[in-house]
Amino acid sequence: MSILEIIVFLPLLAALAIGMGAPARYTALSTSMLVLIMSLVSAIQFSTSIEGTLQMVSTRPLLEMAGFPFLSLSFGLDGISLVMLLLSAIVMVAAVLVSPKEAELESHPRLYYLSLLLISGGALGAFCSTDLFFLYAFHELALIPTFLMIGIFGAGSDRLKTAWTITIYLGVGSLVLLVGLIVAVSGLGGSTFNIEELTALAIENPMTSQMQNWVFFLLLVGFGILVSLFPFHSWAAPAYAAAPTPVAMLHAGVLKKFGLYGIIRVALPFAPSGAESFLNVILFLMLGNIIYIGLVTIAQKSLDRMLGYSSVMHMGYIFLGLAAGNELGMSGAVLLMFAHGISIALLFAMSGWLREKYGTLAFDKLGGIGKQVPKLTLIFGFAAFASAGLPGFANFAAEVEVFIGAFAGAEDGFGWIQWATIISLWGVVISAVYMLRAYRSIFMGPIPKKVEAPDDVGWDTRLPLLILLAALMAVGFVPEILNQYIRPAVVMILTTTG
Amino acid sequence: MPVYFLEIIVVALGLLMLMVDAFAKIEEKRSIAWIGMVGLLIVLGLLFAVKWPESTHGPFWQFYSANDQISLFYKGIAVITTIIVLIMAVDFRHIVVAQTADPEKGAHPQSGLGEFVALPVFACAGLMLMASANNLVSIFVSLETVTITFYILVTYMRRNVGSLEAGVKYLILGALSTGFLVYGFAWLFGITGSMQLSEIASSLADPEVNSAAALFAFALILVALAFKVGGAPFHFWIPDVYQGAPTPITAFLSVGSKAAGFIIFLRLIGPFLASDVLAEKACLVLTIIAGITLIMGNLAAIPQKNFKRLLAYSSVAHAGFLLVALASAPTKSAVGSLSPAVVVTFYLGAYLLMTLLAFLVVTTVRNSIVGEEIDSYKGLAKRSPFLAFTLIIAMASLAGIPLTAGFYGKFFVFKIAADQGNWTLLIIGLIGAASGFYYYLKIAVPVFFATASDEDSGEEISCIPVSAPARAAMVVLTVAIIAAGVNPNLIIMLFS
Repeated sequence: MSILEIIVFLPLLAALAIGMGAPARYTALSTSMLVLIMSLVSAIQFSTSIEGTLQMVSTRPLLEMAGFPFLSLSFGLDGISLVMLLLSAIVMVAAVLVSPKEAELESHPRLYYLSLLLISGGALGAFCSTDLFFLYAFHELALIPTFLMIGIFGAGSDRLKTAWTITIYLGVGSLVLLVGLIVAVSGLGGSTFNIEELTALAIENPMTSQMQNWVFFLLLVGFGILVSLFPFHSWAAPAYAAAPTPVAMLHAGVLKKFGLYGIIRVALPFAPSGAESFLNVILFLMLGNIIYIGLVTIAQKSLDRMLGYSSVMHMGYIFLGLAAGNELGMSGAVLLMFAHGISIALLFAMSGWLREKYGTLAFDKLGGIGKQVPKLTLIFGFAAFASAGLPGFANFAAEVEVFIGAFAGAEDGFGWIQWATIISLWGVVISAVYMLRAYRSIFMGPIPKKVEAPDDVGWDTRLPLLILLAALMAVGFVPEILNQYIRPAVVMILTTTG
Repeated sequence: MPVYFLEIIVVALGLLMLMVDAFAKIEEKRSIAWIGMVGLLIVLGLLFAVKWPESTHGPFWQFYSANDQISLFYKGIAVITTIIVLIMAVDFRHIVVAQTADPEKGAHPQSGLGEFVALPVFACAGLMLMASANNLVSIFVSLETVTITFYILVTYMRRNVGSLEAGVKYLILGALSTGFLVYGFAWLFGITGSMQLSEIASSLADPEVNSAAALFAFALILVALAFKVGGAPFHFWIPDVYQGAPTPITAFLSVGSKAAGFIIFLRLIGPFLASDVLAEKACLVLTIIAGITLIMGNLAAIPQKNFKRLLAYSSVAHAGFLLVALASAPTKSAVGSLSPAVVVTFYLGAYLLMTLLAFLVVTTVRNSIVGEEIDSYKGLAKRSPFLAFTLIIAMASLAGIPLTAGFYGKFFVFKIAADQGNWTLLIIGLIGAASGFYYYLKIAVPVFFATASDEDSGEEISCIPVSAPARAAMVVLTVAIIAAGVNPNLIIMLFS
């Protein structure tokens, strides 16, 4: 068994063990720790000198049948999937750590941890798969656990409705995606599901440009729904607001990145000319994410919804980086996927803690709690700064790369993308506005009488917060930690897309 | 061992069970079901020991197809279904007895069960024969063996109005569809002058064939077969019959009868689709029926409140997906594309696993709660986490969530439809699959989401007992669903 196979199947086996009666929290915790350690080991083993090819490949052929593409259970990493793997592993550990202990859960404690492991295992499997079929299949693994988690353990009286909304919305999105993938595989000869081979086929023997447009359109809608691209974003904020804390962390932090990962890994290489013809559409939609959703975010009246919308908004920057179509912009986009994943997980972890202690997240009911919980306030401040894109955090490094990458070529005259970049820059201001306002109305000002002071965050909560913060700052100060992995992979993808 | 021994053994097994029923003491009658299960398990093993004949001359092989791996797979489906139906029948006996006994005299808890477990074994023999039938006569005889057995089984709870109503509906409509089938056979014989499917195929492939008459025969046969497999607009009997029949029999109808219906479908429709003159029109008709079936099955399932009725519409919906595969039969020019036979057979294999799992849960739960309304499953996750888990796996697979066998089934169907450029059906299928997410997951709401306030309403929380054979069957089916969901070759290698 290769290390990647262990990383992917360990959480699934642990979920099975919990179902059979293993101690839930202990199993989940040790599994996630092991996954994190193994991911770090694979990052160390990963050679940055080999140009952008897959490493640590393992393949198990499953099905060879006339008329059906060759199917294999195969895993492998390039720089981009390695970064996604690290993101998933870090957020997974933090999510399990902030989960309530079994005794604190009203019902179904096993199901809680089992679902968490299935959601994380699905994400890990999707990012490590080099077979298109399993890339898709593993992502879907999260669908039912998310439904159950929001429906059983979620917050708010309309959580059942929210659970339905996200499930149907994402279910429809993945069906559109499925059709896109089937059409793409058929168009590329229909002989294999292996992504590397399909990419090679797309260079040698590309689809007709009309076909490429169709494929890219289907994939953009399918992946776009999963990543909450404007105007397919309406499921995201209510779902994150209603979801239990660890699910919000995993979903907003990790699973949502699958849509972007899919666009980088599948849509761009398979249908490059389709991508070109949809470039302006993407720019337009991305501005919808940054400016329109940004303004919606400012208008929110409670922290959980504000964070939900802000996570939708930040997807716009990543699309900008992808649209730039150059090395700097795309590696910035990948770095931002990581940075945003960590920072939003950090923010959701804290908002979950606040909701539990204060019983509300509405801005007008909270205030001045900075004096009551100074340690949390400090960490929240850092996270808010990170999210707003202040230097010293990974988000800043990534956003700078995205903006410079997208602005490149301005000396030859302004095109759509340069104008779009200029407009997007205002998004930074918007982020600063809503983050600082949230910070002020929760932590500063007079204390409303009703709020009783809870104890400040203990080490059990502080530990996951600090892990996330440390990752954010380490990459913020030395972006090269991840950029060394990302760059060769991005160069590889750019050469395939031309 | 010659392949036809299998049917002989199964018929002998059924006779043995009837003998035991006639002579055994009333307290020992439950053992009839055990004899059946063990006997069928042995038959299941014998399926792997079949030796094909060297020479297929002689009158027998005109009726019985030789060298036919796929028919063994369908025989396996019939045997496995029957075994699980017997397991369910044992669990279901209290309800059967309550609905058959004279209310004034009362009855022994094991009386009246003999036929209830012996008849499915005879139906099984009929289904197995159907899998190998290659002649209009043997197709008709085996089909009627099965159908007549089902007439009795559906009405078995004779003091239950629902069961009687189901039986009458099934009898009248079933007889009508048989009439269509025979009339279609007559036309087919008239056109081709043969009862042998291979000869019919070569006659129909002749460009000189009387295409109007052939299409008329096709239409008649299609009506009858659509009735058997639940294709719209001939599906109206399904919800009522499924709801009214005893649950084990519903499961039998839903899996065994459908699988056998589809192998007949493949064999009878195949010659029409292979003929250059007829293929285009036949395909068009199939496409229309497949589209209507998908829409009717999926949309009608959405508002259902009774679990058995929901599963009935779900079986119509799955028939729709299977018909899509048939309607996407590749033209002769497309060599090396996915064949509908493979897609349909795989789909039925997956369908067997997930549908039987769902019905096993329904039967087991029925012993502890009254009725089959979806709302009455409230709090099941608390009363039996095991049942809740198996139920959610069955529902996920029926809905077609990846990494379950059901997903591969749908995936193959979508793939073959895309390969043939059948975009209309593909889009209808997608809408159907999307609504499937809703109506299958709907079951999870009462099972898992029952809140504290619901529990306070006075219903006591007690464990739901699961009998040992039912538990074993559930574990096997669950594992099979997930294993085949990762590696579809586990099913495909059994028939290719």
